[in-house]
Amino acid sequence: MITSQEVFIPLILTLKVAGWATVLATLFGIAIALAVARLRFPGREVLDAMMTLPMVMPPTVLGYYLLVLVGRRGVIGEWLYDKLGISLVFTWQGAVIAAAVVAFPLVYKAARAAFEGVERQFEQAARVLGKSEFEVFIRVTLPLAWRGILAGAMLSFARALGEFGATLMVAGSLPGRTQTLSIAVYEAVQAGKDDVANFLVIVTSIVCISILLASGRLLQPRYAV
Amino acid sequence: MRLEIDIRKTLRSNRRDFTLDVKFVCDDELGVIFGPSGAGKSLTLRAIAGLEKPDYGRIIIGGRVLFDSTAGIDVAASERAVGYLFQDYALFPHLTVEENVAFGLSRWWQRKLPVVAARRVAELMELFELRGLNNAYPAQLSGGQRQRAALARALIRQPDVLLLDEPFAALDPMLRSRMRRELVNTRALFKVPMLVISHDPEDVAVLGQTLLLLDHGRVAKTVDLKVAPYRDGEGRASERSIRGLLTNEVEEEPPLPRPTIRAVK
Repeated sequence: MITSQEVFIPLILTLKVAGWATVLATLFGIAIALAVARLRFPGREVLDAMMTLPMVMPPTVLGYYLLVLVGRRGVIGEWLYDKLGISLVFTWQGAVIAAAVVAFPLVYKAARAAFEGVERQFEQAARVLGKSEFEVFIRVTLPLAWRGILAGAMLSFARALGEFGATLMVAGSLPGRTQTLSIAVYEAVQAGKDDVANFLVIVTSIVCISILLASGRLLQPRYAV
Repeated sequence: MRLEIDIRKTLRSNRRDFTLDVKFVCDDELGVIFGPSGAGKSLTLRAIAGLEKPDYGRIIIGGRVLFDSTAGIDVAASERAVGYLFQDYALFPHLTVEENVAFGLSRWWQRKLPVVAARRVAELMELFELRGLNNAYPAQLSGGQRQRAALARALIRQPDVLLLDEPFAALDPMLRSRMRRELVNTRALFKVPMLVISHDPEDVAVLGQTLLLLDHGRVAKTVDLKVAPYRDGEGRASERSIRGLLTNEVEEEPPLPRPTIRAVK
């Protein structure tokens, strides 16, 4: 028998973790993509490569790096624990950070392409019409790039949903607390609960396919010029 | 309105360097910058608007210093109070015609325009024959409507000068002559000085008071078109002498000799 605990608790936890991870990744992704797309500074392409790195690195390696950074003895983790009493390891917040890092390149790449696809002329027209850089960004650049960014954000949400390696390294697999869908699938198979595994796999697949279809629609061109 | 331009800018690329070195004064209300492509016409206009920063020089419009490299003055494009008509109009594709026209007056935190501003938008929409198109998007407009919308958008903040980058290039020839006349009327109505880029002699004949011939990044010649031989006694433009002037200045190679036709006996 499949109990609701075995399915819904990991499902809800996964949606929560992936949701927050997407918000984080999208905010940072927009900021860094805008800088790389619009500013000319030394080390621009190096920064771009660094930001893309999580896409090609094994998630376990990323997870290890994160442990070194935010683990209790880590560079940032020690400060967080000493000053604020926060420990990210083995918490769902830790899972959010792991998923955000892994999902980041997807939204970053999409945002960079979207910003680079916005014709400079529109921004220049807004400037000549007396608009500050901030107003140019929120009234012209962002609305014109928005669909591309949203498509990237949806892909990164799908990626965060399926995150396994880095999450396991940082947050572990505590049922009800840090055990997300993909980890629950692994545990179910290990425990020989094939019916639970089947159900979880189908739920995950449906969510991911819906997201891919929706983001594909968003990427279709909208403005005929 | 006096326009004083004296700027230098070098653009470097792998293949070749281009140096723009233009210096001119334009006292007339209508100036035409004429020259072959690659002469630096657009670059000059963009520098005046503040979209391109010259390496050296000065830009002064009506006594207001917009750029002065020695004094360290470089007024931001948003503060220059110039209107700019882009070659393909650059209407915001995500905004309706009305939102485009109102763009210069609307602020991001306001959901609705103040009454005075809204009235001005309605006035300009009416004047530029855009009535009924308030909620249309730029992609749905005809070429002439696009140009009118772009003009209305550029004029809504009452700029000190209107810069037009090949305003008729995107139009078919029939429409071109009509929009040219409209532009002359617009100038008279708004009393806004204009500086127009063109490489169509027809534009020069209809619009020009001062003609600036640009070639290889330099002002080859400044011509006053308000006097003979470019105007006849009644003040009409003499297209033939203007055409002659432009042909001599721009074409480097002499025209081929006409074949002589002999009468067959």
